[in-house]
Amino acid sequence: MNTMFDRRLLQCFDWGLLGLTFAIAAVGLIALYSAVSAGAVEPDLALFKKQLVWYAVGSVVMVVCFLFDYKQFERYANVIYVASLGSLTAVLFLGKYVGGSRRWLPLGPFSLQPSEMAKVAVILILARYYAKIINTEGLSIRDLAIPAFLTALPFGLIVQQPDLGTAMVIALIAGAMTLFVKIERRTLGWLVATFAALVPSVWFFLHNYQKQRILTFLNPERDPLGAGYHIIQSKIAIGSGMLTGKGFLKGTQNALSFLPEQHTDFIFSVLSEEWGLFGSMTVVVLFLLIIAWGLSIAGRCRYPFGTIMAVGVTAMIAWQAIINIGMVMGLLPVVGVTLPFVSYGGSSILTIMMSIGLLMNVSMRRFKFE
Amino acid sequence: MTDYLDNVDSEWFSQRLSAVMGLVVVAFVVLGARLIYLQAIEGREYRRLSESNSIRLRTVDAPRGLIYDAKDRLMADNRPSYNLSVIVKDAQPLLKTIKKLSAYTGIDATELWDRLEKAKGTRAYKPVLLKSDIDRDVLAAIEVNGWDLPGIEVTVSPRRDYIFSPSSAHILGYMGEIGLEDLKNQLFADCKTGDFIGKYGIERSREHWLRGKRGGQQVEVNATGQIVRVLNTVEAIPGQNVILSIDQSLQQTAEQLLEGLAGAAVAVDPSTGFILAMASSPSFDQNAFISGMSHEQWNTLVSDPRHPLENKAIQAEYPPASTYKIISAAAGLEEGIIDENTSYKCPGFLKFGNRTYRCWKKWGHGEVDIIKALSESCDVYFYKVGQELGVDRLAWYARAFGLGEPTGVDLNHEAGGLVPTAHWKKKQLGTSWQKGETLSVVIGQGFNLATPLQMAMVASAVGNGGTRYRPKIVKTIRTAGGKIVYESTPEVSGRLPIGKKTLSIIRQGLFNAVNDRHGTAWRSRLDGVAMCGKTGTAQVVGRREGEESGEPIKDHAWFVAYAPQNEPKIAVAVIVEHGEHGSTTAAPIAAEMIRFYLSGGKPGKNQKPELSPASTLQGD
Repeated sequence: MNTMFDRRLLQCFDWGLLGLTFAIAAVGLIALYSAVSAGAVEPDLALFKKQLVWYAVGSVVMVVCFLFDYKQFERYANVIYVASLGSLTAVLFLGKYVGGSRRWLPLGPFSLQPSEMAKVAVILILARYYAKIINTEGLSIRDLAIPAFLTALPFGLIVQQPDLGTAMVIALIAGAMTLFVKIERRTLGWLVATFAALVPSVWFFLHNYQKQRILTFLNPERDPLGAGYHIIQSKIAIGSGMLTGKGFLKGTQNALSFLPEQHTDFIFSVLSEEWGLFGSMTVVVLFLLIIAWGLSIAGRCRYPFGTIMAVGVTAMIAWQAIINIGMVMGLLPVVGVTLPFVSYGGSSILTIMMSIGLLMNVSMRRFKFE
Repeated sequence: MTDYLDNVDSEWFSQRLSAVMGLVVVAFVVLGARLIYLQAIEGREYRRLSESNSIRLRTVDAPRGLIYDAKDRLMADNRPSYNLSVIVKDAQPLLKTIKKLSAYTGIDATELWDRLEKAKGTRAYKPVLLKSDIDRDVLAAIEVNGWDLPGIEVTVSPRRDYIFSPSSAHILGYMGEIGLEDLKNQLFADCKTGDFIGKYGIERSREHWLRGKRGGQQVEVNATGQIVRVLNTVEAIPGQNVILSIDQSLQQTAEQLLEGLAGAAVAVDPSTGFILAMASSPSFDQNAFISGMSHEQWNTLVSDPRHPLENKAIQAEYPPASTYKIISAAAGLEEGIIDENTSYKCPGFLKFGNRTYRCWKKWGHGEVDIIKALSESCDVYFYKVGQELGVDRLAWYARAFGLGEPTGVDLNHEAGGLVPTAHWKKKQLGTSWQKGETLSVVIGQGFNLATPLQMAMVASAVGNGGTRYRPKIVKTIRTAGGKIVYESTPEVSGRLPIGKKTLSIIRQGLFNAVNDRHGTAWRSRLDGVAMCGKTGTAQVVGRREGEESGEPIKDHAWFVAYAPQNEPKIAVAVIVEHGEHGSTTAAPIAAEMIRFYLSGGKPGKNQKPELSPASTLQGD
């Protein structure tokens, strides 16, 4: 291990990113505190405390991720990817069966979700591959074969759990990275045309109940006792916040009592109800800033792997934020995608802190040439 | 690095990153605009909805399918059950409200607070169940004083009501709260905690037919929790009705006859295999399960040495005793060891090896042929037959008659009985088969075990001329609207491996057992109907593992029969634990059941068979 911690690196440390991270993490913790405490006949703060622990552990993980030159991650991307596939397979057999799916691997007192870490593994391995074959003409169908395969494997395993939300996010991250790296115009045309042709023919072959499921998925109002109900409640919660919100811990008395998953999928609704437009816009802007920061880090990087990886990480944050916030406002169908930094979830926090660590890594080594 | 990189430079990257950023900004602008729409533009309306008018979900329970007997008499119904709940948020100040509730209804306040304690952590908007199944007085008190009890609500849900309870308790079964294990099961995907599901009997084995599908409503309520309007409804689908093959009046007759005794009585239709009655005594009150039992009540039931919760007709295994001789006779005749003329002398005992095997008749039966052996139940005759047959050949016939494995009736927990073979003994007990043990087996003692249902099916097969049917208890399943979704048809399990001649000899023996003056069941013969049957007396050593034994216990009494002799309409098996002699205790029960059924339900003298002391004239 040649370079560990150069003094120069400290000077290039990205304090801005760190600041943004703290800001959004703080926002997340406050929102979580409210989501788990107020409204119940008696509050149960266990989840909040757990989240704090996860953030603490996550901070350590973040530091570890920028201690070593990120090129080490490029070297070991294969190993990480295979290990991730291994854990995804393991969870299908050894995972805890909760609410109809197996997503968690029990490890002593904790449980880890391999599908979360898989996002980073996919980002790393795709970045490594694309860095080698990137060119200004764009990728051809041949070039896309391997990335498609590399994405399909974890995608398929995660779909088996079943966890369609996370699988979809992985596919979207891979898609974003691929489009960023550019697809040759002709190939892109073919892909779009094939997709456009496939969708109606696949629709034709679906069973009626499957069609109903998809229609209800796309329009939750069709399911008044299930998803449709949740979305109505979520919109009421958000809208009722008005401009300044109902106040900390005062929101959850009302519409939110009907929302399931207040500490995970619908936590943005909690936040919006209590802090109103000022609060919700602040969070939206914070996410936009982090995304912009991530893209600028990608731009300042001189090493293709670093650039592509930074784009991948940023895409992960962006997709999850857009989908989750869009969903709770009734703009997008209901999928199980959590809001980074804010939703409760140990593996989710670890993953996001790891990702920030990688961004820090790329940022502070932007002047290194090798 | 490849040479591609010459083209790909920071300029190129910058361009692409700008494009990405552009897309992201567009997405976020959309999100921001939506937020402004919801919170700024429509904010006031949403605030109104969240405060005074709330949108809530109400579940609508589906009524459970009903259970009828063969003559369409209702056996299990649903009745309305009133549940008292409180919605904490609406019931403020809580202390005062609970106090008032207690005062109006007479329910102890500590009981109410207890329930609230247990519900800690529930959302303030969700109803907390305070008391289920309240009676009409409490209901009235709440309705009258509703204006003074904010947040208190009474909901109706259907509860099971067993009309004839405790009759048919083991058949219908009972319900109980769904357990954690079941909730994880796919079969119960639409259930939630607190739901009642079938736990035993038909309630359980036909659970998925009986359970309907829950529905719900999206409603808007006002500040005091009253429904202002219904926004959306999903209809509840009622469960399907199950029609049994049981004849409830015959069932009740059988239960009355068994009252005070421990045992079982099974009646089937020999031409179809449909079960007409299945009584197990002692029984239990099914309705007690619905209204909630105390721990003491449950413990009493579970620790009762006469096992009221067990359906003895299918779960209890007994040595078939002399009723097994039907099988021994069939084996002996088919294998050519005896024929209708073969005669042995019975002096009241047989010496074999260095042991003496006794006949139940101390001074012996004298010259005996197969028909007399069956009719007067001579042990020595069968000892001789058994000696020649050997245990394995007997086992083959026993299995061919349906013993040794469950019949496949549509109820859970059916036991299979036991048919011993030499191989079995070696494997289970580690010792080889002793020839002397065959003598016990051939008269239905020893390791032999059978359930009353299995023996009823033996009688049925002999009665109908050799066809073995699979016993069934569910006849039809209908939707709530009356449409038939399932119709049960007789299912043949096999044929008895005996020729016409053998069968007619056995049938004659069974006829004589009842209708000949020396037959063991002479005292139970019926006027005008030729009942045919076989008595049995099972020695009780120690009933099953883990049971108390030691005191001198009376033997179990068996009787199997069919009637009338030609084209029988009913076959019966009765066992009375510790009834001592088949002829004195079991046979009269079976006879009365048959008489009742064949006469179309005319009430008879209904005399309970007395547990008379051991008689030397009749018995077995």
